[in-house]
Amino acid sequence: MTEHAHQHGEKAHVVGYGQYILIWAGLMGLTGTTVALAGIELGRWVIITALTIASVKGFLVLNIFMHLRSEDRTFRLFVLVAGVVLLIFICLTFFDYAFR
Amino acid sequence: MATSVVLAGAEPDFYHTVTKRKGILSWILTTDHKRIGILYLGTILVFFHAAVVLGFLMRLEMLKPEGALVEPQTYNTFFTLHGIIMIFLFVIPIVPAVFGNFFLPLMIGAKDVFFPRLNLFSWWLFIAGGILALTSVFLPGGAADTGWTFYVPYSIRTTTNVIPALLAAFILGFSSILTGLNFITTIHRMRAPGMTWFKMPLFVWASYATSWIQVLATPIIGITLLLVIIERLFGVGIFDPTLGGDPVLFQHMFWMYSHPAVYIIILPAMGVVSEIIPVFARRTIFGYNFIAYSSLAIAFFGSLVWAHHMFTVGMSDTGMFVFSLLTFLVSIPSAIKIFNWVATLYKGSIDLDVPLLFVLSFIVQFSIGGFTGLMLGALSVNIHVTDTYFVVGHFHYVMFGGTGFGFFAALHYWYPKMFGRMYNKGAAKIAWLLSTIGFNILYIPFLILGYAGMPRRYYHYLPQFQTLHVVATVGSWILVLGLGIMFVNLFLALRNGAKTSANPWGGETLEWTTPSPPPLENFDEIPVVTKGPYDYSKYEKAAQEVA
Repeated sequence: MTEHAHQHGEKAHVVGYGQYILIWAGLMGLTGTTVALAGIELGRWVIITALTIASVKGFLVLNIFMHLRSEDRTFRLFVLVAGVVLLIFICLTFFDYAFR
Repeated sequence: MATSVVLAGAEPDFYHTVTKRKGILSWILTTDHKRIGILYLGTILVFFHAAVVLGFLMRLEMLKPEGALVEPQTYNTFFTLHGIIMIFLFVIPIVPAVFGNFFLPLMIGAKDVFFPRLNLFSWWLFIAGGILALTSVFLPGGAADTGWTFYVPYSIRTTTNVIPALLAAFILGFSSILTGLNFITTIHRMRAPGMTWFKMPLFVWASYATSWIQVLATPIIGITLLLVIIERLFGVGIFDPTLGGDPVLFQHMFWMYSHPAVYIIILPAMGVVSEIIPVFARRTIFGYNFIAYSSLAIAFFGSLVWAHHMFTVGMSDTGMFVFSLLTFLVSIPSAIKIFNWVATLYKGSIDLDVPLLFVLSFIVQFSIGGFTGLMLGALSVNIHVTDTYFVVGHFHYVMFGGTGFGFFAALHYWYPKMFGRMYNKGAAKIAWLLSTIGFNILYIPFLILGYAGMPRRYYHYLPQFQTLHVVATVGSWILVLGLGIMFVNLFLALRNGAKTSANPWGGETLEWTTPSPPPLENFDEIPVVTKGPYDYSKYEKAAQEVA
């Protein structure tokens, strides 16, 4: 635990290089999957698949690289609100695209 | 409101506090929220007057059906610049950036915002964005001619300076996001002891709801504008139909921000109205909780109605039904506010002083804007009047008749606190009268013209529309006269106005417990809050005894 974390009574969020590299490789793999799936005819599933992969990537970046998992509950709640709003925006947009 | 407030009378006011920097540097490098508020006021007023001049010239141009003043391309530039400046550099920032910065910390009993340096950085971003927008006018290629909406595919193909204008809007968006972030954090972390959520002034509630929209919706316009730039530079084909892109997607993403922006614009002005009415009616505000919750409801539902700008672009019927329904829903919290304001005035000891006069204009004009908004939310009417002067009239009733007059109300209400002097009230009342009359003579013909079929943004028009265009132009002259008297009066009062007390209006919120102007750190001691913000029970009891 760092001195800074001790001073503020925060939880330690030390992440080893190995884990960073592993997550990075995972993100690259997911990017490759997105690109590969773009060339396959999946019909209406293509957007759902792409958004799901993007969401998983966003989740990993927020939690690992931006240390959200070791943050205060208030901050996690704020990010959750932002995520839910984004989800609502996307769903509402598809009231147009899905019913044309 | 507070029981243990200590007046900081011994301290010099924030204009005269000795700081390590002198002269202009003590302003442009300040981290004091009050100075930053004044900086915003000065710069935004410069932009506002420039945009007023453009609007005035546009009205002169429309005196004759064949055009009276400028070439068509110049007219396109006029309405584009008028829109960009008024939207991004005036109505969006004016109330939150000026009065939010100056008064939010004062109203919650704090010494400053939570991130003072970030606050200064927001102002610098605002200046950078504003300068870039104005510079784009004079660069080779000419000013952008897309209208403030930057609709594709035209914004991808026009040879005018669209990229600098887009970048300017992008930078201004960052300024807005950072201000919102600062206010959310300040409200969560820096409220005075005892100031629970439901003892906060309603302007703070409105600022809180606004800040969430700024943080959540503004990034969408940022990425959308960047995508247009990428498309212009590299021909990627995101929005351009000839490259396989979808122009309707641009409209979805543009309005995902730009409709909530309407609520970024109107909510703080509603907060101003909620502050002024109880003070000048000497009544505890009616339905405090409903007004507070309605701010959050407007912020939430207002963010979900964007596609009502797109009923004629070929959306699915389901999409149109859903967005029409949501549009009608957002009128409910707006109406709650109006009813509660009017109920507060009912049986109040009304003092028709300058700020309340502007507020009354706000209520009437915003109501007209709201009702015409409902007409536009109805699919059948919308299709008839889309892209006509009816939309422009509705829009100006909300933006100018609402927020513009809310800004004038706020300026006349808080002017004594900000500058320590009182303006000439007689001149201010004349300015109010002329502004209100001029505004309505200008924009009522817009509603009629639009319903009769006059398209917006047209340089030429059919001769049968000329009479109403002339009436509207005369209205613009009266309005400009009113604005001129207002700002000259306020400017002269900076030097010649009578010095005021700490609380010239008899307000109960915390900003009135400090001297006018306030000292650098606002309060000698952080106040302890024990009562709600609008406790006028002593006046109400006295009124009952008299009755």
